[in-house]
Amino acid sequence: MKVTINISLKEGVLDPEGRAVETALGNLGFTDAANVRIGRQISLDIDAEDASRAQHRAARMCESLLANTVIEDYEIELADEE
Amino acid sequence: MRVAIIVFPGSNCDRDMMVAIEAITGRRPALIWHKERQIDAADLIIIPGGFSFGDYLRCGALAARSPAMEAVLDHASRGGAVLGVCNGFQILLEAGLLPGTLVKNTALKFVCRETELALEPDLQSPLLDKLGTDENGHVLSIPVAHNEGNYFAPEDELDALEANGQIAFRYYGDAVRTPVNPNGSSRNIAGILSANKRVLGMMPHPERAMGNGHRSEDGRRLLTSIIAGVSA
Repeated sequence: MKVTINISLKEGVLDPEGRAVETALGNLGFTDAANVRIGRQISLDIDAEDASRAQHRAARMCESLLANTVIEDYEIELADEE
Repeated sequence: MRVAIIVFPGSNCDRDMMVAIEAITGRRPALIWHKERQIDAADLIIIPGGFSFGDYLRCGALAARSPAMEAVLDHASRGGAVLGVCNGFQILLEAGLLPGTLVKNTALKFVCRETELALEPDLQSPLLDKLGTDENGHVLSIPVAHNEGNYFAPEDELDALEANGQIAFRYYGDAVRTPVNPNGSSRNIAGILSANKRVLGMMPHPERAMGNGHRSEDGRRLLTSIIAGVSA
């Protein structure tokens, strides 16, 4: 099953990279951009019999390696089954 | 005195640390490849600096899940002493041996320079007890070199670290031209201890302050204190 995991910094955690990008956007005239946050997307296939199992395995992977839960949140998206 | 140094693909301070330790103890530490599941009895295990696994995913994340780290966790759970320097500190945090995490320097720059460290007053750790007793013992001049050295933990966790005496040193100084804190770390933290005070993680590199041509020999003082504390 195709799984997409979005990892983002928790609210309140300083994102110096996002701040630098926001400044650069401002320099380009995009002064309407605010609260820029940079995250990471991981896509993978999980060999699972159904969606709830894939969801469960993906969450385990996030907790044990893919996300640092001290500073990061994760969201798991499962591809619609055809 | 048996010291083991864990080596990952991308470690680059392992040999410097080996030379530094040998200069103090007269005995060459064992270099342990990360795939080893077992580490022969060691009095002190050191996780050296570098860019383990190319800093992929997050600094230290992949190294923290390597077979040798399971042996390090075992060693620590039996009360064994562990020192993590720079990337080694990042690995100890990722492995859960120390609380919190290290994020990008606030200035988004790799920082490579001498820093002044103040040893936390009233520290009680076998690794650091010997340091405070000599003259100027509470200030150390040791260089940092990192891109992700900005220590972060939730406020309540920081309060708990302070209350439990787990902060080892903070960036300190009165230089006008260079900011005291090189990376924006919470509460100027440069190094922390585990609850049992036998696991030390720090961003500055003591193996780069060994005298003999280095700017300072405070790294030698620190490593000597750690070794004396472990042997005691």
